[in-house]
Amino acid sequence: MLRLEARPHPSTAALLLAPLLAVLLTLLAGALLFALLGFAPAAALKAFFITPVNSLYGLGELAMKATPLLLCAIGLAVGFRANIWNIGAEGQLLMGAIAGSGVALFLRPADGAPWVLPAMFLAGALGGMAWAAVPAFLKLRFNASEILTSLMLTYVARLFLRWLVGGPWRDPDGYNFPQSPMFAPDAVIPPLLHGTRLGFGALLALAVTLGGWFLLSRTFLGFQIRVIGLTSAAAGYAGFDRGRVTWLSLLLSGALAGIAGLNEVAGPIGQLTPFVSPGYGFTAIIVAFLGRLHPIGILFASLLVALSYLGGESAQISLGLPLAATDVFQGMLLFFLLASEVLVRYRPRLARTRG
Amino acid sequence: MDHVTAILVSVLLAAAPLLFAALGELVTEKSGVLNLGVEGMMLVGAVCGFAVTAHSGHAALGILAAALAGMALSALFALLTLVLLANQVATGLALTLFGVGLSALVGKPFVGTPLEKLPDLPLPLLSHLPLLGPLLFDRDPLIYLAALLTLAVGWLLARTRAGLVVRAVGENPEAAHALGYPVRLIRFACILFGGAMAGLGGAYLSLAYTPMWAEDMTAGRGWIALALVVFSTWRPGRLVLGALLFGAFTIAQLHAQALGLAVPPEFLAMLPYLATILVLVLISRDAARIRLNAPAAIGKTFHPDH
Repeated sequence: MLRLEARPHPSTAALLLAPLLAVLLTLLAGALLFALLGFAPAAALKAFFITPVNSLYGLGELAMKATPLLLCAIGLAVGFRANIWNIGAEGQLLMGAIAGSGVALFLRPADGAPWVLPAMFLAGALGGMAWAAVPAFLKLRFNASEILTSLMLTYVARLFLRWLVGGPWRDPDGYNFPQSPMFAPDAVIPPLLHGTRLGFGALLALAVTLGGWFLLSRTFLGFQIRVIGLTSAAAGYAGFDRGRVTWLSLLLSGALAGIAGLNEVAGPIGQLTPFVSPGYGFTAIIVAFLGRLHPIGILFASLLVALSYLGGESAQISLGLPLAATDVFQGMLLFFLLASEVLVRYRPRLARTRG
Repeated sequence: MDHVTAILVSVLLAAAPLLFAALGELVTEKSGVLNLGVEGMMLVGAVCGFAVTAHSGHAALGILAAALAGMALSALFALLTLVLLANQVATGLALTLFGVGLSALVGKPFVGTPLEKLPDLPLPLLSHLPLLGPLLFDRDPLIYLAALLTLAVGWLLARTRAGLVVRAVGENPEAAHALGYPVRLIRFACILFGGAMAGLGGAYLSLAYTPMWAEDMTAGRGWIALALVVFSTWRPGRLVLGALLFGAFTIAQLHAQALGLAVPPEFLAMLPYLATILVLVLISRDAARIRLNAPAAIGKTFHPDH
């Protein structure tokens, strides 16, 4: 009988190896899944993980997909560290996209106004922040679970977006498609590199990653966040302000998700549509855990998960694999990661006694 | 059937999937386990129930398959949280994300496939009762099953030794373990029950409520079921009340749309979600009541050697 023996200290080796083990197991399970669906596993895995990134354009796309995941996941990780479960990043992302689009569509600037994009980013951050402020307020004032309220608000945000693009904000010349007019050139983020679609949002996400690392590892506030998450009672004795940390982590993750949403509509999309996000806000939960709630880990995790998005599209085009395979892949990855996590805190032992 | 009865029936039908899923989650939570994977298990139940019914032509087989599929997914959750001691919140979220993807993948060939609605099964004598007959006793078999299971769970939890043991495991697993009860085995059984019930809730959607399969067809009902458990303060009787209340919200939204109210349909569709938030706020406001009623060990990992 296999027994799990608690380690006195978390194992550093296992800490680093667990994500790698999870990726390996996911690839194996993925190959099995492809075989079951009637696709040659090797070809499917190649289409999934190699083809999308064998060109400069492909690498640019990878960074572009990783950007919203990275932005959302950094914010979520700060909350998760403090046991604050904002799972409504998707809704906050949409509200950020909506708020930023509002600026682009209605404050129609004179040609060459340099303040438009900054104003859009600010509006995006505030939109996401406002949407995240609701669960924070309801949790602190009424003790309502932020898990459920933030998720319910995601459904509300989706419906609100659908109403906007189908009604008041619909492009009058858009053949009745539910989408806004294209943004003016000044309201669109220019590409950083020729031959890619990558904008400076990616650089911003990198800066946010460093900022997240600094906040969590190098500030007293970050220390408070970690203590509240690890031992709630000790944090109480130390007099750490739980309310402040709740506000901070929800507003921060809301603002970052909002920026992520704005970066999509002002970047690759260039208009407000109902398809701003293929679920980046939810996938960011996986990214945050895969990166072990550590900003640098999250950076790598966001690239890997972004690859699974590109891979899903590439495998759909070249092999006709259903796009939902991406979600299954991402779900499996998180499962295997949570399973390998056990090795960090426990040592498996063969023992005769019953467990 | 007159107009009022028709509306009441539609409320009842809208409530049934919520009741199934919430009842299962209630038992899971009573044993001290929080499974946030309800939405995922419902979707997998819905697609498996639909696929098996469409293939075999037997709704009974489909219903069975849905329950088993929900159970299989919940077994995965149990393995991770009970054996590998993973965080329950994270694992539940993973289960939902995985279930959404898996159901879409499996269900791809069934999008647009027509299916006959689960037939009504009028009960002899009872269905001829005035008022109540057409409302309650001329329904499909899953409605009867939901009613029976609610009664059974209520009775088991409150009045039997088995129920007492489940509650003890949810309140104080260390004490239950010290008394010699197999904590993890009991939790495993409760998680499986929760999975089966979520699967049935999903099957109700795809076989009876709207006999079809569409991606994400639960539209957040799994999450509303989770909120209902809090709303009920972990009591099966109040769960029925809550499910009917949310059924009424869903129906009110449809009727308002049919009446051509000046409110855009997107805003009406927000109703159930906003109502969930409102109800959650009203119930949770009283922190003492939640603390008194919530299973004390909910969401905490139990390791017998600690």
